[in-house]
Amino acid sequence: MSDETNSGPVLTADGRSLKKSLQRALRREKLRALMLIAPLLLFVLVTFIAPIGDMLFRSVENRIVSETLPRTVIALQDWEYESGEAPGEAVFAALAEDLREAVKAKTHTRLGTRLNYELSGMSSLFRQVGRKLRRMDPDKPWREQFLKVNKKWGDPEVWGVIQTYSSPLTAGYFLNAVDLRLTPRGVEQRPENERVYIMLFKRTILLSGLITFMTFLLGYPIAYLLSNLRMKTANILMILVLLPFWTSLLVRTSAWKVLLQQQGVINDVLVWLGLIADDQRLELINNATGTVIAMTHILLPFMILPLYSVMKTIPPSYVRAAKSLGARPFTAFRRVYFPQSIPGIGAGAILVFILAIGYYITPALVGGRSGTFISNRIAYHISVSLNWGLGAALGALLLVLVLALYALYDKIVGIDNVKLG
Amino acid sequence: MGKLPPYATLGEKVWHYAFYVICALIFFFLIFPIVVIIPLSFNALPYFTFTPEMLRLDPAGYSLEHYRDFFTNSDWQKAMWNSLAIAPMATLLSVSLGTLAAIGLSQSHVPFRGPIMAVLISPMIVPLIISAAGMYFFYSRLGLQGTYWGVVLAHAVLGIPFVIITVTATLVGFDRSLTRAAANLGAGPVRTFFRVQMPLILPGVISGALFAFITSFDEVVVVLFVGSAGQKTLPWQMFIGLRENISPTILALATILVALSILLLTTLELLRRRSERLRGLTPQ
Repeated sequence: MSDETNSGPVLTADGRSLKKSLQRALRREKLRALMLIAPLLLFVLVTFIAPIGDMLFRSVENRIVSETLPRTVIALQDWEYESGEAPGEAVFAALAEDLREAVKAKTHTRLGTRLNYELSGMSSLFRQVGRKLRRMDPDKPWREQFLKVNKKWGDPEVWGVIQTYSSPLTAGYFLNAVDLRLTPRGVEQRPENERVYIMLFKRTILLSGLITFMTFLLGYPIAYLLSNLRMKTANILMILVLLPFWTSLLVRTSAWKVLLQQQGVINDVLVWLGLIADDQRLELINNATGTVIAMTHILLPFMILPLYSVMKTIPPSYVRAAKSLGARPFTAFRRVYFPQSIPGIGAGAILVFILAIGYYITPALVGGRSGTFISNRIAYHISVSLNWGLGAALGALLLVLVLALYALYDKIVGIDNVKLG
Repeated sequence: MGKLPPYATLGEKVWHYAFYVICALIFFFLIFPIVVIIPLSFNALPYFTFTPEMLRLDPAGYSLEHYRDFFTNSDWQKAMWNSLAIAPMATLLSVSLGTLAAIGLSQSHVPFRGPIMAVLISPMIVPLIISAAGMYFFYSRLGLQGTYWGVVLAHAVLGIPFVIITVTATLVGFDRSLTRAAANLGAGPVRTFFRVQMPLILPGVISGALFAFITSFDEVVVVLFVGSAGQKTLPWQMFIGLRENISPTILALATILVALSILLLTTLELLRRRSERLRGLTPQ
């Protein structure tokens, strides 16, 4: 080596410092990796993350009142609900002007529908006044004319609801999603007969827990058997697990729908065996039983596969050692084998539970009334009742639940260890 | 399980065989619902149970009536063609973008690897009903709701996690010195990719593609919301059939789909073996 290279920094062939050269190469490599990922990342952000964000935004968005009735909202600022009286002439005049524009744009019915979620009767109130507005005299006092159309316009409750929901963002949908409501007097419980969501969340969690437990009960022996058989036999039996896993969800659901019917195969066999009378066929479908049976079957492979991959790594010598030290077979299993299989149980259980609480199709088809989940309610609000804000709020709550469970799963199994097939 | 040792007690022997019986019953539970629809789909009468003729194995009890209905009924045929138009396009999108990204993700220095991975895997984690609701809102704003491309984009993004997982798994065993050797011999990055890397990771790409295809082909929740009558797919038509008046034609289609999944399962198994052989691992 010559003296020059010893004194100064190490140089590369083109005369740059080696350190800088390496840094540049590293930077270029990072940039190249990012360039390869960028198209997909952008694609997922636009087609998937943005829609989820949009849904979350809709669960708090509430511009409809301030956009449809801008003048009324401003005029209402001075009015106080606690006064116990309807606001004065100025507010009615502002409302008349707002409504005239709203009727022209046909937005007043939409506003009525929106406010009807909070106070029933609002929808018809707005429809009615929308029809009569043309015949009102702008020179006479508005307050009396509105009251003549419907006495309800003198009710402070009506105005309280408009005032409460005049802000562009609201927590109202989320409160509705947990059986509360926002009223001019503050947060209140919904009336007894309207409380459904807490019950539905409870049922979803309870039934998902039951399904998870059933898959554990049925999956554990199978995974144990497969991991202790010779490779060749295990691979053949594995087909029996993988075939249901790969079969279309709707095929499996239709199979259960056919099997569980009152005139279906299972009831026929039970009658033939004489276990039940012909006129007392079991109701196995369109209730919670149907949901639990069908979903246990559908989710069973998701329990077996992680259990199997953990059990395969448990060395058989441990159980043998326990037995040679005098443990009975059951004690050896309970004290030595079972604790080592717990990571597999954890992974399988969380996976099945996450999948179960978000299920929609199977509960919708075999759940009837008592076996539907929170997702069925979300679908109902989005496509039937059109209360999108409430649907979005319910969805947001479900999403938080799933993500929290997923974080747990990530901690136990690791996101990179997800295996397929 | 192994064999019972000669010194096993009676209790152990009983338990040993009882365990086999329990396992057999669970396997029966797993496979019976799928197997039972096959003979039922050949029922000559529009019932969902075995008729006495069928139990006597009388040929008059069986017919191809429901299959004929599936292949002639315009609703089912339209649904089939819609499915066949949507699934391949969605697969093409997710495989091309997904493979490229998987190669990027398997480089040794990737900034923000964790968060990027979380975003790319998220379509698999978020419950379908939430994805469907979000897409319904957002795609309506963009004018994509109720269009062919709206459904294709939605299905493509649902397939992405599967492609990413399978392709990155294949790339873990990929020998980097091969691309370096190719570069050393004068091949550009594009040529290296198509002539050296692609053939070696092809099994992973194909199984990713199969996953993406089946995700789209089987998907019903998202298409119910993002699609309109013009994009009615097979699962959608089945869903309607099951909810309203269940017709035996569904069983004929179900049998066809079971055959398809057996085919798929075999292909995936063969691909897995090939991939292990290419990586120099002995097939199990």
